[in-house]
Amino acid sequence: MANTLPTKPGRTPLDALLVTGAVATIGLLIVVPLASVFAEAFSQGPQAWWEAIAHDPDTRHAIWLSLTVAPVAVAFNTVFGIAAAWLVARFRFPGRTLLVALFDVPFSVSPVVAGLALVLIFGRQGILGPTLAWLAMKVIFAWPGLVLATTFVTLPLVVRELIPVMEAIGPEEELAAVSLGANGWQVFWRVTLPNIRWALLHGIVLANARAMGEFGAVYVVSGHIAGATDTMPLRVEKLFQEYRTPASMAVASVLAALALVTLVAKVVIERRLEAESRDLAAVRNVAAKSDPSPS
Amino acid sequence: MSIHIRGVSKKFGSFQALDNVSLEVPHGTLLALLGPSGSGKTTLLRIIAGLEWPDAGRIEEDGADVTDRHARHREVGFVFQHYALFRHMSVFENVAFGLRVRKTPDAEVRARVDELLHLVRLDGLGNRKPAQLSGGQRQRVALARALAIRPKILLLDEPFGALDAKVRVELRQWLRRLHDEIGMTSVFVTHDQEEAFELADEVVVMNQGKIEQQGTPDEVFEQPATPFVIDFLGNVNVFHGRVENGRAFWHGVPIAYPDYPHAQARPARVYLRPHELDIARLAATGSPAGQNPNHSAGEEPSLLAEVLRVSRSGPLTRITCQPHNSSGELHVDLPTATARDHSFQPGETVAITPRNVRVFLPDPEYVI
Repeated sequence: MANTLPTKPGRTPLDALLVTGAVATIGLLIVVPLASVFAEAFSQGPQAWWEAIAHDPDTRHAIWLSLTVAPVAVAFNTVFGIAAAWLVARFRFPGRTLLVALFDVPFSVSPVVAGLALVLIFGRQGILGPTLAWLAMKVIFAWPGLVLATTFVTLPLVVRELIPVMEAIGPEEELAAVSLGANGWQVFWRVTLPNIRWALLHGIVLANARAMGEFGAVYVVSGHIAGATDTMPLRVEKLFQEYRTPASMAVASVLAALALVTLVAKVVIERRLEAESRDLAAVRNVAAKSDPSPS
Repeated sequence: MSIHIRGVSKKFGSFQALDNVSLEVPHGTLLALLGPSGSGKTTLLRIIAGLEWPDAGRIEEDGADVTDRHARHREVGFVFQHYALFRHMSVFENVAFGLRVRKTPDAEVRARVDELLHLVRLDGLGNRKPAQLSGGQRQRVALARALAIRPKILLLDEPFGALDAKVRVELRQWLRRLHDEIGMTSVFVTHDQEEAFELADEVVVMNQGKIEQQGTPDEVFEQPATPFVIDFLGNVNVFHGRVENGRAFWHGVPIAYPDYPHAQARPARVYLRPHELDIARLAATGSPAGQNPNHSAGEEPSLLAEVLRVSRSGPLTRITCQPHNSSGELHVDLPTATARDHSFQPGETVAITPRNVRVFLPDPEYVI
């Protein structure tokens, strides 16, 4: 790992000031709030924490809802992400740049606006309202609306992760597979997917974390109905508004623990990604001078 | 299997990669597509493989039109420039790939892959991953993988480009033997003329999407068809001279050039290969005109020049001279033993006589 700056021994007061500033910022903005969530959640002992989570039917339902909405949104994103990344990384067509820019819309638009847009389309007074009423389908204030909103806000995560990786890998292996007689599915399952698996997993982990934590868009489309359309973040907010801070913090601590798990998964996957890109560089290295000798 | 390319053109945006190219590759030939980058040689190779579609023209294999046949059904072995090995698969599975996608029974796959790994001298390395192999080994895995499907045609894109010089020469000779043993039709792309000449039965020189010349290595080397070919082959002295009355003039030295019998003088480019020049010591009484004063009627005309440098590189010694009436430099290559016998010294005057000369007139449209 030579990609670090050389460090000169001995510190000046400015160095000390900058380091202190950086540590203080991270501590104040990240470590202390996270720690306080857990402290508050367990302030009345683990028993109370467990009861707050497991014995309140509305909280239980919120956890259950989050655990069903997020995977569906993530699954959709996975399929969309692979298809879109493949299109963008492997083909040149008019409007390609615009398409890539569109992938970022969910990041640049406020989630509340996204939620409202969904209401305008799928709500009772919305464009598709009469059609949905005729079909006796409910989207807004119901599970499908939650999935739509969550999918929307997490849309860029998988595709954004895959495009640079697929571009770096290049089409040669896929072309080689085709010239050896593989059909489209065989190329995808045997060559493309194994090559992008770690990047894909990385995207999925990030999308899942975002899906679990999404608040704004879901808030608008859910109608905030306890025991029906409240997801975990919505439940945290509702409990907090009802002055049930310890219960609120207990649910929040579950979300925070999830974030920590995500963090660990992310680090593990990123290590694999780095190893893969080293492999790629080794295999691509023109006139590899340091030929590993067969032993 | 013979390959017929008929009038193939291909554009990438506004870039004309191939411009009405026609080419015939007889069965069993090992053919080299030689040219600089951007000359269209790789595009042509990919079109033969079905990995790229031509905008116009047809591709035939043994007389059957395969232009619209998908790469998957061409049964062509393709070795990619950087090998494009499947990184996550073992060497064994890489070679087995073409058989696996054809649902070949496992025992048969095993037998065939073992046979191929033996052929490419990689016995026992089946469990390695591509990243654990040397460049030359990877190249041989790529070859074995391409050969596994028993292709009638083997196509190789810069097969030795990414290898060390020593490995490159070894693999070249090995590939030649392999081609002869298997008896297929092979086409490879290279920008290295030495590689093309050593390996191929037939060399096709390409430039800007067109074929400049096709012929055996000897034909292309001895009779370059165009200035581009002789320039690209390199190692040549180029001078701007003129032609008139069946003679070309090189620094005022007349050389017979019967192809231009006209009285009207025209500018011409004169090409002299360093190994096709004779050099002789002269008493240091050179005339300022630059032409050898001693030369009599029947004798070859020669040019007087001053020796600037004598540099030896292995079996050849290069003598760099400056013609007396010009500022340009002229290279003469002699076998090192001969050069040692003469022991030319910088500063002395020599007479240079061309044994062979090539003259190209500029295209008429460029004549002002």
